[in-house]
Amino acid sequence: MTMSITLTQSAADRIHGFLENRGKGVGLRLGVKTSGCSGMAYVIEFADEIGSDDEVFEDKGVRVLVDAKSLIYLDGTELDYGKEGLNEGFTFNNPNVKDNCGCGESFTV
Amino acid sequence: MALLQISEPGQTAAPHQHKLAAGIDLGTTNSLVATVRSGKAETLPDAQGMHLLPSVVRYRETGAPQVGAMAKQSAISDPRNTISSVKRYVGRGLADICKGCSRSEYEFVDSDSSLPRIRTVAGDISPVEVSAEILKDLKLRAEETLGGELTGVVITVPAYFDDAQRQSTKDAAQLAGLQVLRLLNEPTAAAVAYGLDKGSEGVHVVYDLGGGTFDISILRLNRGVFEVMATAGNTALGGDDFDRIIAQWLIQQAGLDPSALSAGQMRATLLEACRAKEALSDAEVVSVSVADGSIVNDAAWQGELTRTQLYELIDPLIQKTLSSCRRALRDAGIDVDEIEDVVMVGGSTRSPRVRERVGEFFHCEPMVDIDPDKVVAAGAAIQADILVGNKPDDEMLLLDVIPLSLGIETMGGLVEKIIARNTTIPSAKAQDFTTFKDGQTALAVHVVQGERELVSDCRSLARFELRGIPPMVAGNARIRVTFQVDADGLLSVTAREQISGVESTVQVKPSFGLTDSEIEIMLRESMSYAQEDIAARMLREQQVEADRIIESVESAVTADAQLLTDDERIQIDVALSELRKMRDGDDPRKIKQAIETLNKASTDFAARRMDASIQSAMTGHKVDEF
Repeated sequence: MTMSITLTQSAADRIHGFLENRGKGVGLRLGVKTSGCSGMAYVIEFADEIGSDDEVFEDKGVRVLVDAKSLIYLDGTELDYGKEGLNEGFTFNNPNVKDNCGCGESFTV
Repeated sequence: MALLQISEPGQTAAPHQHKLAAGIDLGTTNSLVATVRSGKAETLPDAQGMHLLPSVVRYRETGAPQVGAMAKQSAISDPRNTISSVKRYVGRGLADICKGCSRSEYEFVDSDSSLPRIRTVAGDISPVEVSAEILKDLKLRAEETLGGELTGVVITVPAYFDDAQRQSTKDAAQLAGLQVLRLLNEPTAAAVAYGLDKGSEGVHVVYDLGGGTFDISILRLNRGVFEVMATAGNTALGGDDFDRIIAQWLIQQAGLDPSALSAGQMRATLLEACRAKEALSDAEVVSVSVADGSIVNDAAWQGELTRTQLYELIDPLIQKTLSSCRRALRDAGIDVDEIEDVVMVGGSTRSPRVRERVGEFFHCEPMVDIDPDKVVAAGAAIQADILVGNKPDDEMLLLDVIPLSLGIETMGGLVEKIIARNTTIPSAKAQDFTTFKDGQTALAVHVVQGERELVSDCRSLARFELRGIPPMVAGNARIRVTFQVDADGLLSVTAREQISGVESTVQVKPSFGLTDSEIEIMLRESMSYAQEDIAARMLREQQVEADRIIESVESAVTADAQLLTDDERIQIDVALSELRKMRDGDDPRKIKQAIETLNKASTDFAARRMDASIQSAMTGHKVDEF
């Protein structure tokens, strides 16, 4: 089975812009960590190096790194960038999620 | 759904723990708020998409003051109650104000506190309060945009602001409910926005030509810190004067008598002047017209303005700014050729002529990549983002640190550390606490300092009480305790119940009276007693938990005794007395076991109580009512 992580066009455009503005980095790191009000929380960070257990995905010209442990919970995720009123930011469309805490920052699988 | 931002490697915050920081450019004419999102500093627009907030506040007989564009519109119809350019008055005595402005539009009242107030329909208002209204508006905008409360802000002030003006700016921020992480000099903020603080050491010039003021600052970067070498400027020279001088030319060309012009005509002519000025940035020549007040939509005069003519008009004004530059260079005692670069700030530096003349004067190409209106706010946002702790430690600025951890006492005499030792100041951290008993309406906050686990081994700094918490079930109240240490090392602790908004605050100087050797002793003790401390902490934690369970089971048994069989009653009583005995012992594991036994003995009873309470709530109601 092949694992996949994808980006919407607007997410890809933003990441390009942010990486360029930052002036360094090998790509974007996505992951999960345990914590939060319903068990797991998303990690979204700039990546300065590729770790030995990282899977590397490439979509719309953006390199996305996911460590092997996180990938189990993120496989099939589409990262989107959207606006809500004055606020804007990234959202995870994650098919593995059974329940989230209503805030979208943490979830259970 | 939360909208997430990209963090620096390893800096992802736990959910709901994002540290939101903003930079505020509190300007004479306009103000802005900016923040760093996904590594990028951006100014935040309001709901109408406007980034600039006019620094104008209008007071009304009833209702909250108006701020921004709405207030600015009423400047002509309601001049006495519409306050603009308040920054000129903040932190100044009445004597200074009268000296500074011959044409004071406002009625100043000399009050006992030597702080002058402005008389408006809403009462006598101090300049600090006016500034606070502007800050409140920006705070609201930032919090709506970022979806949470701001942890701290950096506010910029002119490099020449004295202590009183700086303190007044801080007071305004406090009135607006903002935690000021630091006041930053405006030119320094602009330099930070361009990343000059990471560059080579040397002399940098910041040329700031705003709407109504001009400032020139000469900075020297020395080991990552900007020193202000000299400042100069003109508080009555800005882009508005460019418009005025062009408008005068237009009126003259049209053969009109300036004194006969209506206010509306004057305003229209100023707008036309501004339009022509901006158009001539690209075009060599623009057609211009002056409206005749008597005939609607008809022009009294039509003609052309060439770029050469424009330059002739504005060159004397630019020359004035360059004279200030020369004075600043002389004060700083440096030569033009020692200057590394010139940062352009303020909307009027968009004018190609200004850039050209400044470039010639300083013998270098001015820096114009960042929007000159937004560059100061952006720099403040970058600084705020670092100060609030969203950057890896190696990018942290070298600043003072807190010598010993600061925390509060929690149940059982334990210390909950809120700001860890070696945290750089200024710093602000918050943690949520809750009530321990049903109906608890007050909370005693005991501020302590030290590395040990038990309050009795730490140093007591202050005690205060938060009263007026609405009665709630234990654990339902959300009390946010915020510790803030400012750049001067002053600690303020605020406890705020989030639902009712009741709040209480205390201020202390944490390092007061502690010598270096005392700090060292406290640190050494914390290491040698680490094991005992942790054991003591575990015991106290179990004791606190035991007290909580005993109380809740006892109150349940008293309330719903009829739901218990005799057998269960005996089991619960046995478990209760066992737990009471263990609680006074010193073995945390035994207490934990006894808690579990009591929990097990009372599980069925708890379930039955729940059913009973649901039943009684539903009695007399139909299912579909719920």
